[in-house]
Amino acid sequence: MNRSVERTPMVEVPSNAIIPERDLGKMPVLDIRHLGIDFGGLTAVDDFNLTVGRTEIAGLIGPNGAGKTTVFNMLTNVYQPTRGSILVDGNATQGKSTDQVVKMGIARTFQNIRLFGSMSVMDNVKIGMHTHIRYNLFDSIFHTPRYHKGEKLSRARVLELLDVFGMADMANHVAGSLPYGAQRRLEIVRALATEPKIILLDEPAAGMNPSETAELMNNIRTMRDEFKISVMLIEHDMNLVMGICEGICVLNYGRIIAKGTPEEIMSNPEVIEAYLGKKGA
Amino acid sequence: MGTITKLLESLLSGLSLGSIYALIALGYTMVYGIAKMLNFAHGDIIMAGAFSIIVFTATCGLPPIVAILLGIVFCMLLGVTVEFLAYRPLRKASPLAVLITAIGVSYLLQNVAQLLFGTSDTEFPISVGNSALALGSVSVKYSVLLTVAVTGAIMIILTLFISKSRTGKAMRAVSEDKDAAELMGINVNRTISVTFAIGSALAAVAGLFYGMAYHYVGATTGAMPGIKAFVAAVFGGIGSIPGAMLGGILLGIIEKLAQTYISTELSDAIVFGVLILVLIVKPTGLLGKKISEKV
Repeated sequence: MNRSVERTPMVEVPSNAIIPERDLGKMPVLDIRHLGIDFGGLTAVDDFNLTVGRTEIAGLIGPNGAGKTTVFNMLTNVYQPTRGSILVDGNATQGKSTDQVVKMGIARTFQNIRLFGSMSVMDNVKIGMHTHIRYNLFDSIFHTPRYHKGEKLSRARVLELLDVFGMADMANHVAGSLPYGAQRRLEIVRALATEPKIILLDEPAAGMNPSETAELMNNIRTMRDEFKISVMLIEHDMNLVMGICEGICVLNYGRIIAKGTPEEIMSNPEVIEAYLGKKGA
Repeated sequence: MGTITKLLESLLSGLSLGSIYALIALGYTMVYGIAKMLNFAHGDIIMAGAFSIIVFTATCGLPPIVAILLGIVFCMLLGVTVEFLAYRPLRKASPLAVLITAIGVSYLLQNVAQLLFGTSDTEFPISVGNSALALGSVSVKYSVLLTVAVTGAIMIILTLFISKSRTGKAMRAVSEDKDAAELMGINVNRTISVTFAIGSALAAVAGLFYGMAYHYVGATTGAMPGIKAFVAAVFGGIGSIPGAMLGGILLGIIEKLAQTYISTELSDAIVFGVLILVLIVKPTGLLGKKISEKV
């Protein structure tokens, strides 16, 4: 293991950063190097290099089946990468279990909604705060001061988080009965409750109408500004991607084909080819 | 004996038997809800609990209350160990492989007990005697009262634990969506271990009451109550905690009523017949959740 060798360089200007000036002289929140995974003989993702700076909103786009969700699954160790390394705030995630990776500061949402449908909105978010709540059964049965303090703090915190997404008035609703758009936003709030350094959003606007998407874009920006976290998102809605991402990385057949600002990406011939096919073909 | 007296007495003894079933059914249903597996070795934990209490009192000479507590701790360790050694390596295997492993563990536990304690039954040393409390014309054995009271208290504590405590919330989250729970920072393996520990502790208590009610314990003692409690869990809606409580108690009452009014020999057939009827009318059990598979 030469992990210590890999961890030492305190990168002054990370060469992989989409927007180098965002983390000048600082350690990136997420540093992915030569990441790859094989399923059987098939290479799903290969040589994936990316750094996401502090409070950067990064986009991961690409045609269907390009390997975007696979990258998210490797970042949370749902899949164990075959090659490469992932550093969260300088700490390697290799060999960690998913719940440990979450404690290191990565949170994510799913492409298809995975809420705890029979629980209240409040309880869903509280479960996200699981690792930060400190009272036990004794406290909760006998309502000790510790329980009241913990409960009051966590209730206030949940409402504060819900408020960012305009959902504070829905705290007592059953999660499964919420309208679709609200369920999507609740998933983000629940992930936010784990106090991440970076939040991974897998198609947050899927199934939303244009006005819901516009609201979501504002929510994501507010979340970034208020909680000073980084965001990495997979999305097919180009209005959202071009509207809020500061840096974009394009994946095709498991490989990065372009990185840059939204303007650079939109005018990149390789990207246009990947999405629309070769001119005259 | 008056008709009403007879009815009340069989209802009360049914409630007591049902409490034992409910305690065991809770273990089945919790493990099913959280680890999504049927732990067919669960019934044998009752037997292990009863035998460990025998060893701690008769062989070690400890006072009953200490022996009972040690018996509970022993069962918790046994349950967690079985999960760790036999089921955890199969976490991603097919449900059938896990089911067969559970049956294997069940036979293993029964045979180890036979090696240690022989094939004939052993007398259970703890008893509250045969004395009874007279309530008008109805007489209620103290053992019945004790069983019902302790089970009631355990159910209240368990319900509070599941709904209020941090670990209970984690258990509910894991039972709804294991992967999503993991991404909330919940340690799924630890949560499953806790579930096995709680289920096994309840089985140990059931073993105590079983020993007190029937006075003798053998290596296969756990098998029949285990199957009945599984029926109770399915009857109430497997995966549902109130369902297991309700199913267990109803099953005990039906069994006792059938013994009193129809036939002792046929009581088991009647119990299982009722299960079949309930499942035809309501396939998810009395309190079971409707399963809506997304396509």
